[in-house]
Amino acid sequence: MREVLEAIERWKGRGEQVALATVVKVIGSAPRDVGAKMAVSSGGEMAGSVSGGCVEGAVFEIAQEVLRTGRPRLVRFGISDEMAWDVGLACGGTIEVFVEPLP
Amino acid sequence: MNWFERVREAIRKEEPLAVATVVRGPEAWLGAKWVVEPTGDGWGSVHPELDRRVQELAQRYLAIGHSGTVSLPTPEGEVEVYIETYVPAPLLIIVGGTHIGIALAAIAKVLGWRVYLVDPRRTFATPERFPHVDRLIHAWPDEVLPHLITARTAVAVLTHDPKLDDPAVIAALQSPAFYVGALGSRKTNARRLERLRRKGIPEETLARLHAPIGLNIGARTPEEIALSIMAEIVAEQSRLRQAARATVPEEVRP
Repeated sequence: MREVLEAIERWKGRGEQVALATVVKVIGSAPRDVGAKMAVSSGGEMAGSVSGGCVEGAVFEIAQEVLRTGRPRLVRFGISDEMAWDVGLACGGTIEVFVEPLP
Repeated sequence: MNWFERVREAIRKEEPLAVATVVRGPEAWLGAKWVVEPTGDGWGSVHPELDRRVQELAQRYLAIGHSGTVSLPTPEGEVEVYIETYVPAPLLIIVGGTHIGIALAAIAKVLGWRVYLVDPRRTFATPERFPHVDRLIHAWPDEVLPHLITARTAVAVLTHDPKLDDPAVIAALQSPAFYVGALGSRKTNARRLERLRRKGIPEETLARLHAPIGLNIGARTPEEIALSIMAEIVAEQSRLRQAARATVPEEVRP
């Protein structure tokens, strides 16, 4: 959380909405551990990371959707996923990312 | 105060805190939070079906500083709860404002540690030489160490001067510090151990000392030695984390 706090404060200071994505489960090996965070603002900025760069683009899109609907989502990324061709993790692990709007 | 404001405050004040989130289950439960305070109090919005079990698990996770997801059965079906613990950044205390200390402070800051430098010699411990440290403490190590050290503290004693090193090593070994290392060759270290024995320090206490300090990576420059010290500290931290994890029952292990 530390690594995204500063950006979140800046965005909130400008009156923007913020979605927070957190790695909540890791199966096999993955570039970032449980607890890794990425924050996305309604203004389209991002901070932090949930992988080595492989799924951040997809998480960004989901975060924008979460900000629109206000409803959190749990998303799974990995080789077993149908999205593997687009956003598969290079190292072959599976991660679950929870994306929620910040209060 | 909402859960996020509480997390922000805990990080700023370096307080431990756990936050549980329902991440899989009935749509209406998703995103519900339960905040567990270090005092053992809990508050939030998880379903009453869950709060007691989540509270108990979160306290267990908080005790060992682990985060992870657990499955809990409820009348509404299986629910997954992610428990995240926020623990204060670990503290590295460097005793001795030496060249190795400068590099060690920089490496520890990159790794997210808080770093204090203790050295009574004002010419060594200057803000110009140590721009990265969180605190410069001009005092005798044995006077201040007992007040600074917790179980999340590592101490690296680097002065190379027995009249500073010995009291620092003794104070650190008798503290809850999870790591104590001291600079010096095998010969220097053998002489140090002899002096400490003569002062009545018991063998089991001396056995806690990492000396010669650092992993054996063939380090030659002060910067390489600093790297070997930090690597040894991280290795010790990982070893203790694994040991703590093993104390949690397997079915709820993070």
